[in-house]
Amino acid sequence: MAARAIWKGNLKLGRLAVPVKLYSAITDRDVHFHLLEKRSRQRVKQHMVHPETGEEVSSEQVQKGLEVEPGTFVILKEEELQKLEPQDSRDIELLQFLPPQVIDNQWYERPYYLGPDGDTAGYFALAEALEKQKKEGLARWVMRDRRQFGALWAQDGYLTLITLRNADEVLLPKDLPAAPKRSATAAELRMAKELIGLLEGPFDPSEFHDEYRERVLEFLEARAKGRRPKLGRIKTRTASRSLESDLGKSIEAMRRARKSKERDVA
Amino acid sequence: MPRSTKKKEGGQDASTRPFWSGTITFGLVSIPVDLYPGNRDTHVGLRTLGGDGAALQRRYFSEKSGRQLGDDDIVRGYEHKKGKFVIVTDEELDRLAPEKTRDIELKRFVPLEDVPPLYFDRSYFLVPSGGSSKAYLLLAESMAAAGKAGIATFVMRGKEYLVAIRSDRGILRADTMRFADEIRTPAEVGLPKKTKANAAKVKRFEQAIRRASKRTLATSLLTDEYSEQLLKLARKKRNAGKDVVEVEVEESEKAEVIDLMAVLQKSLKAGGAGAARRKRAA
Repeated sequence: MAARAIWKGNLKLGRLAVPVKLYSAITDRDVHFHLLEKRSRQRVKQHMVHPETGEEVSSEQVQKGLEVEPGTFVILKEEELQKLEPQDSRDIELLQFLPPQVIDNQWYERPYYLGPDGDTAGYFALAEALEKQKKEGLARWVMRDRRQFGALWAQDGYLTLITLRNADEVLLPKDLPAAPKRSATAAELRMAKELIGLLEGPFDPSEFHDEYRERVLEFLEARAKGRRPKLGRIKTRTASRSLESDLGKSIEAMRRARKSKERDVA
Repeated sequence: MPRSTKKKEGGQDASTRPFWSGTITFGLVSIPVDLYPGNRDTHVGLRTLGGDGAALQRRYFSEKSGRQLGDDDIVRGYEHKKGKFVIVTDEELDRLAPEKTRDIELKRFVPLEDVPPLYFDRSYFLVPSGGSSKAYLLLAESMAAAGKAGIATFVMRGKEYLVAIRSDRGILRADTMRFADEIRTPAEVGLPKKTKANAAKVKRFEQAIRRASKRTLATSLLTDEYSEQLLKLARKKRNAGKDVVEVEVEESEKAEVIDLMAVLQKSLKAGGAGAARRKRAA
């Protein structure tokens, strides 16, 4: 079943433009729970209450306040907030193009597919040009009254647009303390690199499945039927005592596994 | 999946306590680590205030009786049939994860550029715990040298994650990813079949792309203009003494960041110094 477009816009690159539709690129497969009242097993409601009286405050009486310094708030009125909203526009402006990974994935928030909206030829030409140039575009547009930033990326011949977080939502490495100088020995480092080499391969997402989701659903269904499924215990682990001997044993085990695999194939 | 309703309400613990504690396993080497969020959800915090300027609190009420509920009056339920719920606790969900799935077992190392951008979700910084900083630093250094990220799946707080463990300037980061079945294909979305693009058109786009190409991202471009304007307006009104209220607040977002840095620094330093002492003694 085809998905519904959530927004329409116009990708603008200099004097070139490609009309596009936005589609969510992800499907929510999480197991969802509801908050319930313990006694009645009925759903709960949320309300804002006054801190002193404990009384419910209706939404008409609520105001928005912004903290200008600890403990001091300035009330911002609805009209004032509306005035600050960016002007509506259908343009998705491409600001610059960067080599892959210059935009660290820490910035990525939500992925969308772009689909052609009338100009299919232009759409696939832009996707091909991006792939040929091996570039990621930085885009800016206004959607749902907010200014958005996004990364334009061609994936398997199709355009994707991934919204980016704001600068104050991302903790950058430059904000972090520098890691201390190495304390590993040359032998440990050589062995660690060898072990990485033995485990190297391409990224294949089909290798990985959310098995826990299945277990949770099975558990819930069993309980719904009045059964009492068994649960495991939780233990905590401790750090490795001897790095060198653990690494050595790991490499040996990996090599043995490889050899027996090769024998099986032969 | 929402965890519990109890977080943040109390106010004080969120800043120093890790989001989660677990173990990275790399072959037979195990490295206990604490996870701290690398992203913050809120930009500028607009608080909800009452008509008299008091900071309002979010509370839960019984839909049936209208009674206000405390944390102990609330449970989580899964709706298995319309209106029918199965109750489940956080502890039960944690115990549903088999022992090995609580470890971040690095089974495969891949070039980071192999992972399509669509996959990435959130970032967490990892901090060594339980005397693991030597193994931690070794893993960070060798992954950086190999230019690889370690891929693993593990269960954290009631959800299984696909994750890329990578070295970011000597600090390990866990970048969660979506599972393949959580990402739609172009066909599922209903995008048209690919058609051969007109070569002249492609060229024109390529020229435009080259003209606008840069080597580095000016992160200043990504500042939240709206938040800045909000702050500007609020400061102007404060200086004019208009609509100003004094409110008792919980710890601010900023404290969280500073604390993470302190935790990292302390934990990495402790391990480094210890290792150096041992070496001298030997």
